[in-house]
Amino acid sequence: MATTVHEPPKIDLERLPSQGSGNGGWRNLVPADGDLRKVKSSPPPASTGIWVGLASITMTFAALTSALIVRHGSSYNDWWHITLPPVLYVNTLIIIASSITLEVARRRVADFMGGLKHDAGVPARWLYATLFLGLLFVAGQTFAWVQLRSQGLNLTTNITYSFFYVLTVGHAIHLTGGIGGLIRVIRKFNHFALKRSTLDATSRYWHFMGALWLYLLFLLWMKL
Amino acid sequence: MHDMSAHAAQHGAPTSFIRKHIFSLDHKVIGKQYYAMALASAIVGMILSWIMRIHLGWGSYAIPGLHLLSKTGAPGDVITPEYYLQLMTMHGTFMVFFVLTTAPFAAFGNFFLPIQTGAEDMPFPHFNMMSFWVTFTGFIVLVASFFVSDGPTLGGWTQYAPLSAAGPVGGPGEGWGVVLWATSIAFFCVGQLFGSLNFITTTLDMRCKGMSLMRLPLSAWGWFITSVMGLTAFAVLMPACILLILDHVAGTSFFVPGGLVINDQVLPHTGGSTLLWQHLFWFFGHPEVYIAIIPGMGIVSHILITNMRRPMLSHRVLIYSMASLGVLSYMVYGHHMFVSGMNPVSSLAFSFPTLVITIPSTIVVLIWTGSLYGSKLRINSASLFALGFISMFISGGISGFFLAQPSIDIMLHATYFVVGHFHLVMAVAAMFGIFAGTYFWFPKMTGRMMNDTLGKAHFWLSFVGAYAIFMPFHYLGIAGNVRRYQAFTDDYLIPLIPVHKFITIAALLTGAAQLIFVYNLFYSRFWGQPAPNDNPWEGTSLEWSTATPPPHNNFGDTMPVVYHDPYQYSVEGASADYIMQTSPEPVHSPDEEK
Repeated sequence: MATTVHEPPKIDLERLPSQGSGNGGWRNLVPADGDLRKVKSSPPPASTGIWVGLASITMTFAALTSALIVRHGSSYNDWWHITLPPVLYVNTLIIIASSITLEVARRRVADFMGGLKHDAGVPARWLYATLFLGLLFVAGQTFAWVQLRSQGLNLTTNITYSFFYVLTVGHAIHLTGGIGGLIRVIRKFNHFALKRSTLDATSRYWHFMGALWLYLLFLLWMKL
Repeated sequence: MHDMSAHAAQHGAPTSFIRKHIFSLDHKVIGKQYYAMALASAIVGMILSWIMRIHLGWGSYAIPGLHLLSKTGAPGDVITPEYYLQLMTMHGTFMVFFVLTTAPFAAFGNFFLPIQTGAEDMPFPHFNMMSFWVTFTGFIVLVASFFVSDGPTLGGWTQYAPLSAAGPVGGPGEGWGVVLWATSIAFFCVGQLFGSLNFITTTLDMRCKGMSLMRLPLSAWGWFITSVMGLTAFAVLMPACILLILDHVAGTSFFVPGGLVINDQVLPHTGGSTLLWQHLFWFFGHPEVYIAIIPGMGIVSHILITNMRRPMLSHRVLIYSMASLGVLSYMVYGHHMFVSGMNPVSSLAFSFPTLVITIPSTIVVLIWTGSLYGSKLRINSASLFALGFISMFISGGISGFFLAQPSIDIMLHATYFVVGHFHLVMAVAAMFGIFAGTYFWFPKMTGRMMNDTLGKAHFWLSFVGAYAIFMPFHYLGIAGNVRRYQAFTDDYLIPLIPVHKFITIAALLTGAAQLIFVYNLFYSRFWGQPAPNDNPWEGTSLEWSTATPPPHNNFGDTMPVVYHDPYQYSVEGASADYIMQTSPEPVHSPDEEK
């Protein structure tokens, strides 16, 4: 864990927009006087990109939700009502806690990058705590699957369990992507190469995964 | 507060062969890779259609060497009824996914969207590289399905359940063939999602100084709208494919109803919904039609404007109409399911927006034709194919009016009328858009010109040939000729066989005409006349203001600044008949944004 204390980077308030691309903005017409400094910067691509990615994931789980609803309404009476493994509720608390630790980490990193705090160890500890909770969540989900399988309740036992596994495994795969993003953030932070936009994008993804899990839990609790 | 690294990371010019030509991060190379894959897929798809057409005209004719493709599917070089369906399925899948989606959108869009927006590259080049290679993996998986024990799936490119989910009992290819098909399409979806992510972010965030959204060329708008559609449509098809794979591999019951008997066997599934697959598929499937055609609309508009030497009647209305088509395409998908036993009220609900969607389509056509009226169009291969696109879109669109009404669609749904309709409006029109784009942008992509005489010959043979093939389909459909049959033995179908023979001859000749294009493409790539300058068509958008071919970061040392909307032609008082977007020369035009 990085605990090195070092000088924060200097802030260059006069820095003009990059000479490269990425300064388009929504309506950044060149001013009549031709002064390009008046052109507003557009948001960093990571910011827009993460929203686009989340929209795509939303569509995927919306499709699975509609499949569940249609299948639930099927005239063939094969829908079981099941009791969700209790560990899922513990996992829910874990993923909520991970969102809180990440939000604290994000603010600490912001303080550090803004020069308000000089100890890199504090934000790093919160990032590691989030990573740990994320891994714990995946381990908890795996425990739930193993528990069900040991009771002979697997993917093909009944359509109810088919949906249970598809939705929870699908969520866990996406969350694993978030863990990958978190590891990248920690690595970059430790090398003092972290961009604020990368951290913000990772945070949004992580919080979305938490919200998605709450939604899925509610859906499973309602329909299964 | 600020970033710990001051500038966005930009990748440097590659030095190794692998980074430069294979696992390249450069959007231009990725665009060319997509184009090459689409070309290979088009050739495969065309050969498959030739085999089917020969069989439809002369059912007992042995095609030499066909048994090499499948010993069981073509014993004695004559294809079996099942193998006909397998070839039909693969033709549709290759053409819809790997040609009509990839060439106009992923190929041209990758190459030109960053340049037309004034960006150095896509914002997420690694995702962009993965986009191609994941899609290519899907292509390889689909090709591999030819070589599994009982060949590729026979369920059609729509893979309707329960046949597609029933397993090997459903017929040849319904075991591993379907699993490979669904795996291939799932890969394809992931690849296109990565691509859409880059396209949307490039358009919104990577535009150069002065490039407002309304200053984007119409081609860029086409790609942007398509990428938004792709993001939502492919995100739905992908989980549908995963559920289909699970029905096969794991034995789940998402799509197979309980108690289903196929070939005297009771299937061990319970309660699956066959309509569920149709809903999930067509929620993707109808937007897919527009995913194939909207990039062509943008490309064709861009090309026509350059050759008319004047802008369209309304830049904004054309953009709003294309966007409306994109939105409405999600609301009409149920018209593919009029005969599925859907509630009649639902049919009405889908019929109404299906008729409404003709309004933006008509507006687009009126803008094209109104703008063309009285213009002194420069006739070249690109502009001819652009005109051909409009012709095909109108012809195919008119038959859509009939099919939008459930009472007529019930009669025509399973006939060749529908085949003629969608081939004209979606397939041939989109292909003409691809050809137009190729002739137009070839000099920028390679630094050489394509042979215009060969291009014009290619156009006229393709234009006449396409009508010779697909207009008789409408007649066949009205005469009650059912589609998907491999032979016509019923009394009322026998008199129609001469029409099929005519179509087959037309298809063979039109297909042969495409060899002119392939020859022109490869010959010109290496030995064609060098492009006279960086702007051989005297265009105004950003791709014409950079070097030919463009450098690694697209614009060299100086990034562009945009001062005008993209189509400043025949401007009063200007020093030339066009003003580049990068020219600070003042313009007093009513279309220019205030």
